[in-house]
Amino acid sequence: MKLNRFGICSLRRACLLLASLFGGLITTSFAAGAETIHEERSLYRDITVVQTGPRRCLIFNVRIGDRNQTCVDIDKPEKLVFSYTRMSFAGLLLMPEPKRILVAGLGGGSIPMTLTDLFPDAYIDVLEIDAAVFNVAKQYFFYQENENMKVHVMDARIFIKRAAMSNVQYDYIVLDAFTGDYIPEHLLTREFLLEVKQILSPDGVLVANTFSTSALYDHESVTYQSVYGEFFNFKMPASGNRIIITNLKGLPERGELIAQAQQLSERLEKYDIQILDYPNRMSTAVDWDMSRRVLTDQFSPANLLRDNR
Amino acid sequence: MISRPNQKIMRSTILVVAFISGFAIMTVELLGGRVLSPYFGSSVYVWGSLITIFMLSLSIGYLVGGKLSTRNPSLRFYAFFFIIAAIFILPVIQFADGIMEQIFLLVEDPRYGSLLAAACMYFLPICFLGMISPYSIRLLVEHEHHSGHIAGQLYFVSTLGSALGTLATSFYFVLWFDVDQILWGVIVALLLSATAVLLVYNLPTKSAARDRVSV
Repeated sequence: MKLNRFGICSLRRACLLLASLFGGLITTSFAAGAETIHEERSLYRDITVVQTGPRRCLIFNVRIGDRNQTCVDIDKPEKLVFSYTRMSFAGLLLMPEPKRILVAGLGGGSIPMTLTDLFPDAYIDVLEIDAAVFNVAKQYFFYQENENMKVHVMDARIFIKRAAMSNVQYDYIVLDAFTGDYIPEHLLTREFLLEVKQILSPDGVLVANTFSTSALYDHESVTYQSVYGEFFNFKMPASGNRIIITNLKGLPERGELIAQAQQLSERLEKYDIQILDYPNRMSTAVDWDMSRRVLTDQFSPANLLRDNR
Repeated sequence: MISRPNQKIMRSTILVVAFISGFAIMTVELLGGRVLSPYFGSSVYVWGSLITIFMLSLSIGYLVGGKLSTRNPSLRFYAFFFIIAAIFILPVIQFADGIMEQIFLLVEDPRYGSLLAAACMYFLPICFLGMISPYSIRLLVEHEHHSGHIAGQLYFVSTLGSALGTLATSFYFVLWFDVDQILWGVIVALLLSATAVLLVYNLPTKSAARDRVSV
């Protein structure tokens, strides 16, 4: 059974790869007026910056058909283009005034830029493993460090382990290191989530962008559940992403979320974050297969599970 | 005089266990990435550290194994390489966390941290696995003129083992088992190899087998 499934999956992937190799030229000019303004091969991936009209997008590994990593409207850079990026601000419903923020995964930098704009006094640490992504974010996506916001070019696991050792805590933690072609398997495990738990302040909130399809959805759900207990499962129809939102002190009632959304909505309008729609989409209902194995440092074949149904 | 069936059994046993040792080396190496990643990440330098230490350990193993084969080569001595390598893999299961935590505290730079951790955990077992290849060649070679042929056969089986070990571990084992379970599997496979070698050594016409190799 297993062998068969894999055989078919890898065959399909191989065909896709071939097709995209031959279609490489078509891919790069997929939309009328799309222009590649920067190409770079980093240690971890191929980075391409493409612009169509005012929309500028960062794409990882364009040849194997990856979607846009992040996009920005260069005329209105404060607007958040992607649904999942906006969704990651739903954590504010549980923690409206964070003082210390950690964002794992820089991408084009739109999440940290929005956070520093919203909370100029908050200390923000941003983790990005790829120095090339950091440079591209600065050059093409208006990412700017300031005295309260710093990027650390290093593996998130290492930073978080060290932070836990020195008893540093954060009120708002965004885990967004999981998009792109290769999943860092050591950032999906129960042990990693326990380390994240150590650096989460008692009132703090954890927001994680996770996989919404394939067997990985079930595995990730049971893993988060094993560490944090109940969590908000947040999905929007327009987005293929699922955001997990949780905290340590217990989840608030829907009424509290709605009240908080009403207070925040005006401030979030300029970024296109429709926070008033969010509370009704945040559910604690279990819609995954509870019998799946928890991912651990011993067992985390995430890149294989992604193709598994 | 050498009895032919025994010699045949010995030859095939050596080729099979050399295959297993090649398989074991790459299984342990691939899992090394998993073992190191909680402390040092999964960046390219972690693989750099691992591959460096494995290559270094193997090169020293080849040198020492070749040297040892000049002094009374015997199947009994040969079996010890497998047993000692198996014993030295145990700490990777039992003490990896303790070792890596100390190094994590001691060395700030994850490049040198991962290099040191890989050296501490993998140098000894892989060094002993490296000794197997030249020693196998010594046990198999009867005449100077076919030594190249024998060496070619030995490289063939052990490198084929490495290829299949890489494939099986990365495609299937990590999906079916825990890292430690796979490492226990490697230990058992190495101990079974040692047992097989010792059984051949103790075959009824053992004097023949022993005489053959202690020429």
